[in-house]
Amino acid sequence: MSEIIPIGPYHPLQEEPEFFRLHVEGEKVVKLEIELGYNHRGIEKLAETKSWDQVVFLVERICGICSTSHPAASTNAMEDLGGIEAPERAQYIRTIICELERIHSHLLWLGLAGHFIGYNTVWMWVWKYREIVCDLLDKITGNRQSYAMFKVGGVRRDILEDDIPWIRASMDKLKPVLDLFKGAVMDDPVIRARTRGVGILTNEMAKQYCVVGPTARPSGVAIDVRKDDPYFAYGMVDFDIVVLEEGDVFAKAVCRILEMYESVKIIEQCIDKMKPGIIDLKIKELPAGEGIGRAEAPRGEVYHYCLSDGSNFPARYKVRAPSYTNIASNEVACVGETVADAALVLAAVDPCYCCTERLVVVDHDNRREQVLQGNTLIQLSHERTKQIRKELGV
Amino acid sequence: MTWNEIKADIKGAFDGKILKWHEHNDTRIYVDIEPADLVEFSRYIFEKLGSRFIIASAVDTPRGGIEILYHFDFFKLPQVFSLRVFLPKPKPEVESLASVIKGTEWIEREMAELFGITFSNHPNPVHLLLPDDWPEGNYPLRRDQ
Repeated sequence: MSEIIPIGPYHPLQEEPEFFRLHVEGEKVVKLEIELGYNHRGIEKLAETKSWDQVVFLVERICGICSTSHPAASTNAMEDLGGIEAPERAQYIRTIICELERIHSHLLWLGLAGHFIGYNTVWMWVWKYREIVCDLLDKITGNRQSYAMFKVGGVRRDILEDDIPWIRASMDKLKPVLDLFKGAVMDDPVIRARTRGVGILTNEMAKQYCVVGPTARPSGVAIDVRKDDPYFAYGMVDFDIVVLEEGDVFAKAVCRILEMYESVKIIEQCIDKMKPGIIDLKIKELPAGEGIGRAEAPRGEVYHYCLSDGSNFPARYKVRAPSYTNIASNEVACVGETVADAALVLAAVDPCYCCTERLVVVDHDNRREQVLQGNTLIQLSHERTKQIRKELGV
Repeated sequence: MTWNEIKADIKGAFDGKILKWHEHNDTRIYVDIEPADLVEFSRYIFEKLGSRFIIASAVDTPRGGIEILYHFDFFKLPQVFSLRVFLPKPKPEVESLASVIKGTEWIEREMAELFGITFSNHPNPVHLLLPDDWPEGNYPLRRDQ
């Protein structure tokens, strides 16, 4: 008996409108169809009506979680177009903001993943300690989200000398917290049983689907724009990229946790190396031509392309967010999993869908439709975790 | 392979098929080719040279056609290698790359509906972002509409 389970199109918690149609036989997923476009905002077209400075603000509105990765790629593209190199201090400040954002974004995902598999303690603890990072961003930029720090040729606000001891202290506070989460995820037998070998994306498929970031690296694809095409201050600091081989949900979680340690390392080095200086070149205009900018967002490579005819507005602006390639890979990663696990696999890519709005079961043979609420899916997932707990006797 | 080796390899393999080789700077390379050579070229750099497809971007140019840039990079190298093809109006058409690189499937669907480009032999030529009942022949990112 083959059934179709549509999931979506709107997930209120993370506001990610996607629609998944799971074809299932019994409990097993045999095929996944993905539909997009429920919230297409036409930002590329809109960008053609904005001045270069406004485009940086506009692209900051693309994502509410990794809000600085689009301005990062955008300023990179415009600086590539104009052959501009921002001052060194600005590059360090940009790097610090990007890495703080990576930590808070990974913590957000970890919390939701914890909630989804029924570990609400993990969820609450992670989000409690995420506040350390959000407070830092608030203090440095004036905002917890959408920082408006980046501009072509520099940054808008400096990091004050008075704030530096506090940033250092916050990093020190964060390290034991990361140890705690690392232990909570990597040493927990239930989480292991629940996520190991689930939703494997093979190295070959990762390359075929051209996936990026923490969806590619756990599948043995060693890509990271920070290392491959160093921008900002990434060429001036020492860090490692986390590459794993398994490609399952567990590897994706471990990859994100280990990456946060590297982020802390990068931030500390930036603070050490940062010297007083100017933070902005005050660019007045950009020439005609083409520019390409990349940045490593928490979810992977963000890619921006701009075409200029020499006017104050882009003639064409193209944005490729990491989820655009990552979501498509679920077509293969979900196949063969149960419905409860498939939901976890979809979430592991981190267009977190833990908050499925509704779920419709269509029985092909009987032409029967059954509408279930989104929390049923979370319940399914919790039950699966409980069952594993019972089996393991913990 | 270093970038210079890759560059020599590509120039050697496609001698005479490269219309223009433009290096904006050390890391941003734009190469113009004929649309008919696109699949062969992409297959060569994807399968033989192990490149990674990043994305494609189309633009409606005042030159009377649509220009597509297929952006690639080579793992561990900072270079972005962009293949440019020009498709004249009124019927811009090019062979789909989906049989070579699975990751091109969505962006080709997107370009097809937004620019009215026909990707021949595409495995699933349906709308990606626009609704299914979107009026035929109405392409939002075309400048002549």
